[in-house]
Amino acid sequence: MTEIDFRTAICQALDEELAHDESVVFFGEDVAVAGGVFATTGGLVEKHGSDRVFDTPISELALAGAAYGSAIGGLRPVIEIMFGDFLPLTMDSLVNQAAKYWYLSNEQASVPLVVRSAIGGGGRFGAIHSQVPISWFQGVPGLKIVCPATPADAKGLLKAAIRDDNPVLFFEHKRLYALSGEVNGDVGTIGEAAVVREGADVTLVSAMRTLHECLGAAETLAGEGVDCEVIDLRTLRPLDGATILRSVAKTNRLVVVEEGPRTGGWAGEVLAIVAEEGLGDIDAILRLTTPDHPIPYSPPLEDAFIPGAEAIAEAVRAL
Amino acid sequence: MTEPTTVARDQPGTPEEAEHFLELYRRMRFIRRFEDEVQSLFQQGLVHGTTHLCSGQEAGPVGVCSALGDEDRVAGTYRGHGHALALGVEPEGLLAELLGRSNGVCAGRAGSMNVIDLEHRLVGCYGIVGGSIAAATGVALALKRRGGVAVAFFGDGATNQGYFHECLNLAKVHELPVVYVCENNRYGEFTPFEQVTAGEIADRPRTLGLPTVTIDGNDVWTVSATAAEVVERARAGGGPQFVESLTYRYVGHSRSDPGKYRKPGELDEWKARDPLLVARAGLAERYGTTTEALDAVDAEVEEQLSATVEAAKAGPFPDPEAPVTEFKG
Repeated sequence: MTEIDFRTAICQALDEELAHDESVVFFGEDVAVAGGVFATTGGLVEKHGSDRVFDTPISELALAGAAYGSAIGGLRPVIEIMFGDFLPLTMDSLVNQAAKYWYLSNEQASVPLVVRSAIGGGGRFGAIHSQVPISWFQGVPGLKIVCPATPADAKGLLKAAIRDDNPVLFFEHKRLYALSGEVNGDVGTIGEAAVVREGADVTLVSAMRTLHECLGAAETLAGEGVDCEVIDLRTLRPLDGATILRSVAKTNRLVVVEEGPRTGGWAGEVLAIVAEEGLGDIDAILRLTTPDHPIPYSPPLEDAFIPGAEAIAEAVRAL
Repeated sequence: MTEPTTVARDQPGTPEEAEHFLELYRRMRFIRRFEDEVQSLFQQGLVHGTTHLCSGQEAGPVGVCSALGDEDRVAGTYRGHGHALALGVEPEGLLAELLGRSNGVCAGRAGSMNVIDLEHRLVGCYGIVGGSIAAATGVALALKRRGGVAVAFFGDGATNQGYFHECLNLAKVHELPVVYVCENNRYGEFTPFEQVTAGEIADRPRTLGLPTVTIDGNDVWTVSATAAEVVERARAGGGPQFVESLTYRYVGHSRSDPGKYRKPGELDEWKARDPLLVARAGLAERYGTTTEALDAVDAEVEEQLSATVEAAKAGPFPDPEAPVTEFKG
């Protein structure tokens, strides 16, 4: 096991999958020669050639259309949509076409494509370069949504996404790119949550950057005699309800922490699963999300906007 | 409007050519009668939702698809029955799909606007205007590596979509093997295209460096000769090609549209240049095909169509209890 940062894990996954399968191609804006605006894809074009790794015009409609079309033409495309905020421009190809192809074609073919996109707040990028766009896609049958919190999952789950026969949205939180951690070469499993800290008193469920805020809160609360179990969802569609229900059966208390708007978010979906299937196990449930207004720019406003470790700890104390 | 190109008729054809074009006439005739049947079945409540018929536009799909090989792929539109039939999609499967039956080409899951038949080279029909442009552009990216040409059919309305501009640019930058066929039938839904389209459609691809031709889309000789030329050019590495095929639809945009927006006399003018009439006259003129031979084809089409309708209607509806898998694998 070696320790690398999140962005290097992304690059390694792409590099290994490009080497593993000739049908894998990777394209996007400034991803080849420039190596990506978040420095995630340097060196890939030099190693794998400009037929398989290339820069595109700033044309997200065409980018997503090319990914969808090339996938039904026999390739396994990976595209980068630089900021998740640009994903509305891709929605026809992803939502209307790629996600429905397997079903509508009566299973003649599926659409094996991956959309990588950098998302999330905390970078002072303002309302339209900081969003978590997951809820826009959460209700789309046929799409998988992967959201790693660690370098190990960034690598393992990106490899799994590229090998998956279905369209996968692969989200990379901008504030995690510099995070270091141990990574092996394994292909991950999409659709499995992980219990990353075991505990008996309360279950904290989260994903991506706020997972680390939950771990911080758990550490604080441990000093106060509260034993938190922390679950990293890792995939938001399909959602691993079984792992959540098992944990809640033990702790009877649940706090879901989502960086994303409260209304229509995945935290509500987690609560719905628990309400439907684990009601008898529940003494208290709560979700912490971002408020239902656009992400502010000013540092004190943005810092207050995203649930942090202290806010999470406070919420658990108040349960 | 650019003056359309038409292939000259002054050269006598070979017997092989006569046979070939008689077959193209048969396909056009079948599509016309298929669409009539769809309309009738819709009125009987057997075809559901809506329909978008291509009556009057048959020479485009038939002419273009006659130039394609096994390795080529096509993206059609929601007005796609002609695209599918011209590619060889089984008529029973197509009609059963419209009837929502389990013997449909997509087992009744897709319906008229979203037909997919990969075995017959149809990657999809697209209910989003311009969707076929995106699909074919992407398919061409794959075909560039393994051989083959992708064809996008779309209407004049699609030339005002973002997909049109973004994808043509991307295709040219990467010199993709794709042929864009704009079936300009003069109306985007209910609105005359010239009211909502700045300049000439054909000037747009020309500006991007795509070889572009505007043709008489009701003359199957012109369409097939043009298609043969541009498909081979794309196949040989000549990059994306653009064909504006001028045509006209005889029916409304969809089932709810009586076509009141048509200019007086316009429908009659186009019917005088009906692709089937043009084909019959051309066959007689070029190859001496007799009226009896043409009528015999029409009679065969009627027989084939009756059998198609009976077989399609005989299929059961799909079982709502049958399991569905959200994902492959």
